[in-house]
Amino acid sequence: MSTSDTRQPALLTTSGLVFLGVLVAAAVLVPVLNLATAPDSPVHVPTYVVSLLGKYLTYALLALSVDLIWGYVGILSLGHGAFFALGGYAMGMYLMRQIGPRGVYGDPVLPDFMVFLNWKELPWFWYGFDLFPFAAIMVLLAPGILALVFGWFAFRSRVTGVYLSIITQAMTFALLLAFFRNDMGFGGNNGLTDFKDILGFNIQADGTRIVLFVLSAVALGLGYVLCRFLVRSHFGKVLVAIRDAETRVRFTGYRAENYKLVAFVVSAMLAGIAGALYVPQVGIINPSEFSPANSIEIIVWVAVGGRGTLVGAALGAVLVNYAKTYFTSGLLAPYWLFMLGGLFVAVTLFLPKGIVGTFYDWRARRRASDDIPGAEPAATPKPAE
Amino acid sequence: MNFSARLRSLGCTLLLALMALGAVALASGRVQAQDISAPLAALTQDNYGATESALGALAVSGSPAAAAIVEALANGRLVYSSETPRRLFIQSEAGLIDPSTLQPVADSPAVKPVRVNNRIRRAIEAASGTLSLVSPDPAKRLEAANAVARSRDAAALPALDLALSKEADPQVKTALTLARASIVIGQAGVPEADRIAAIEVVGAQGNQDALAILRSVPVDASPAVKDAAAAAIAGIERNLAMWGVAQNVWYGLSLGSVLLLAAIGLAITFGVMGVINMAHGEMVMLGAYVTFVVQELIRTYNPGLFDWSLIIAIPLAFLFTGLIGVIIERTVIRFLYGRALETLLATWGISLILQQAIRTLFGPTNREVGAPSWMSGSFEIGQLSITYGRLWIIVFALLVFVALLAVLRLTRIGLEMRAVTQNRRMAASMGIRTNWVDAMTFGLGSGIAGMAGVALSQIDNVSPNLGQSYIIDSFLVVVFGGVGNVWGTLVGAMSLGVANKLLEPYAGAVLGKIALLVIVILFIQKRPRGLFALKGRSIEA
Repeated sequence: MSTSDTRQPALLTTSGLVFLGVLVAAAVLVPVLNLATAPDSPVHVPTYVVSLLGKYLTYALLALSVDLIWGYVGILSLGHGAFFALGGYAMGMYLMRQIGPRGVYGDPVLPDFMVFLNWKELPWFWYGFDLFPFAAIMVLLAPGILALVFGWFAFRSRVTGVYLSIITQAMTFALLLAFFRNDMGFGGNNGLTDFKDILGFNIQADGTRIVLFVLSAVALGLGYVLCRFLVRSHFGKVLVAIRDAETRVRFTGYRAENYKLVAFVVSAMLAGIAGALYVPQVGIINPSEFSPANSIEIIVWVAVGGRGTLVGAALGAVLVNYAKTYFTSGLLAPYWLFMLGGLFVAVTLFLPKGIVGTFYDWRARRRASDDIPGAEPAATPKPAE
Repeated sequence: MNFSARLRSLGCTLLLALMALGAVALASGRVQAQDISAPLAALTQDNYGATESALGALAVSGSPAAAAIVEALANGRLVYSSETPRRLFIQSEAGLIDPSTLQPVADSPAVKPVRVNNRIRRAIEAASGTLSLVSPDPAKRLEAANAVARSRDAAALPALDLALSKEADPQVKTALTLARASIVIGQAGVPEADRIAAIEVVGAQGNQDALAILRSVPVDASPAVKDAAAAAIAGIERNLAMWGVAQNVWYGLSLGSVLLLAAIGLAITFGVMGVINMAHGEMVMLGAYVTFVVQELIRTYNPGLFDWSLIIAIPLAFLFTGLIGVIIERTVIRFLYGRALETLLATWGISLILQQAIRTLFGPTNREVGAPSWMSGSFEIGQLSITYGRLWIIVFALLVFVALLAVLRLTRIGLEMRAVTQNRRMAASMGIRTNWVDAMTFGLGSGIAGMAGVALSQIDNVSPNLGQSYIIDSFLVVVFGGVGNVWGTLVGAMSLGVANKLLEPYAGAVLGKIALLVIVILFIQKRPRGLFALKGRSIEA
């Protein structure tokens, strides 16, 4: 932030309002076009598209959570997929318990894979997941506690930069290996799937899908507002200061590690919520969500959209995933990795501020040339390592 | 070329020849002592009971003719004439042979074969097993002794005693003693002193087989015997545990040398440029594919050179991947100076492109890379089994390490690299072309990765995903060992490799790996700059 700017910036900027407007429009239009139009109408939105869009929205929330720590605190986490997956597993465990005696083996308590493994009783960590409120709390606590413990160790001993990125990657890799094990009690290789219903509603039904989509949109909107609220507060300014010059912040008397820890935990919880909304819409959660490559892909969503812009992260997630859906089905499928790889290189070389960041720059330059007094300076962060 | 194998086989032949000579001399000295007329007479009766007992007598007779007689009986070529007294012959293509002298006989009476049924066939097998204990060929005797030690058949005891009394070859004698001891341990009605002596003999073997034998001590054995067995078992278990640890350390060193090869290029680029090259694993993969292409060309044009294929592939892989590395540095990385984390993303993108390019060119499946003859096979030190492939990889890793150390210490570019590692701006002020150093470092690091690929093609599947499986471990080695110090990488790679293999028996492969990841994560909390951190006065911004 420039020194001339002494005002508290507004909670919602123009782009933020546009973003929320689009979200509200989607949350209203998509259900209407799905339910109120005939299946053969040109504006009809099939249910599978609703779920697909809902998946994009959960990815957008995940990207938002990464942008909060990468864009504003400078923590490049290569393991954020782990928090997403943990939230997803917490939700998946609830959905598994909901199956009850309708499983293939018909056991009233044990999920199918436990019967298959000849287990006699439910492991202790599965207790309580038959209750939705408990599962909902665990969606927040499981990633939150992992982030708290991991972050407490890492930030206290001032592990920064590339070192931190590597150990976050090691963390998600360790979890990947652990969840692949059958005797961990999370379904091993196959993960959790074959869900029947959520809170008594059939998970395959159009209505449930639409509600999940709207919930994803609401979660994304609220997540955006929360992140905005955090980054424009005093707390957020300290975060940006840490990003740009951590040692100086420390010398000024701030406990930088505590600030980083809070941001990290909030971000992990947001990722957990995204995972919890992702699982019922996709219908499966398995250990591959922990794979380090997934976590790195999240980073490219944020980089494409614009690091440190929040709106950009969400936009990037939707754009890249739309491209992925489009290109991985069809003739171009073998070239998708060329495209994704090229995107990584091109964005870092030619568009270091991402789409939204570049747009902010362009707008700021235009306003400067128009010499509009009191124009809001571009809120684009400098990348600093 | 395979000089060592040739030498070995030459040595073996010589030794065998010597042993055979000795055995023949011994056997001929004892021929006269044996009288086998009684069993031969019994065989002419063509009565199953008589035949069986005759076989037993022949087996322990020690006669040099016994083996031929038993073999003839098995093949239905043992015949008798019906005149009185009946005479026994071996029928051969040349005519009838006298079984006691193995000389042809002059006349040719009418003959009938000695009949054989299943009971006799079993007796024949037992007899020929026993007979091979006294066979003139020491290799056969050794094999037979080992077979008896495994079967622990008490019926072989008299034959063993006989063979022991005559055996001169020390190796065979040891095997016979062991076989006898393993029978005696499990047999009822053996004097206590004998049994304890047998336990000592078996206990001295100190391997897994001995353990199984010692566990077969009958429950009704005397307390002294049981105590001796328990003591011997404990001793062997201690011994085996020690060898087990040694074997795991060896596996660990082998894994460590692989990690060293994969990580050391990463370490110098990270040290000099502060850049983590996510495409490093793909450089390893490219090196493996260079090996594949070299082998394919050799197979097509000059199969005789196959044993040289790896030697040819090493410099080619170095040059090829080094060139790719320089190209990547010149076209992408140099525009990202001072943006370490974004370099990480760009190189990740490059790694995806390279993987997909290889997948498009060579297909997604594993490609076959053969091992030259000097890399296959293994040898044993005590209870330690060492394969030549692993041994050569360790040697190669150390050679690469020493070569890199020499480049860094002795050459101008090495000096410049070290200067840039320590203080980039100061080095630039002294007239070092830092961007040229960067390009060379990146090329060198990538080239080393390519050479690692040649080695890894021997122990891993050559597929487009080869690099992915090493990249995370390589990172851990680098951050664990510390940046800008190749010794740190050496220590880091070896300690992670050994720790991994030592954890495996207790925790299993996956849990051991997880434990190791957690240990490294915790270690980095303690030493955020690794084991051998570069000391300096500069401070992070």
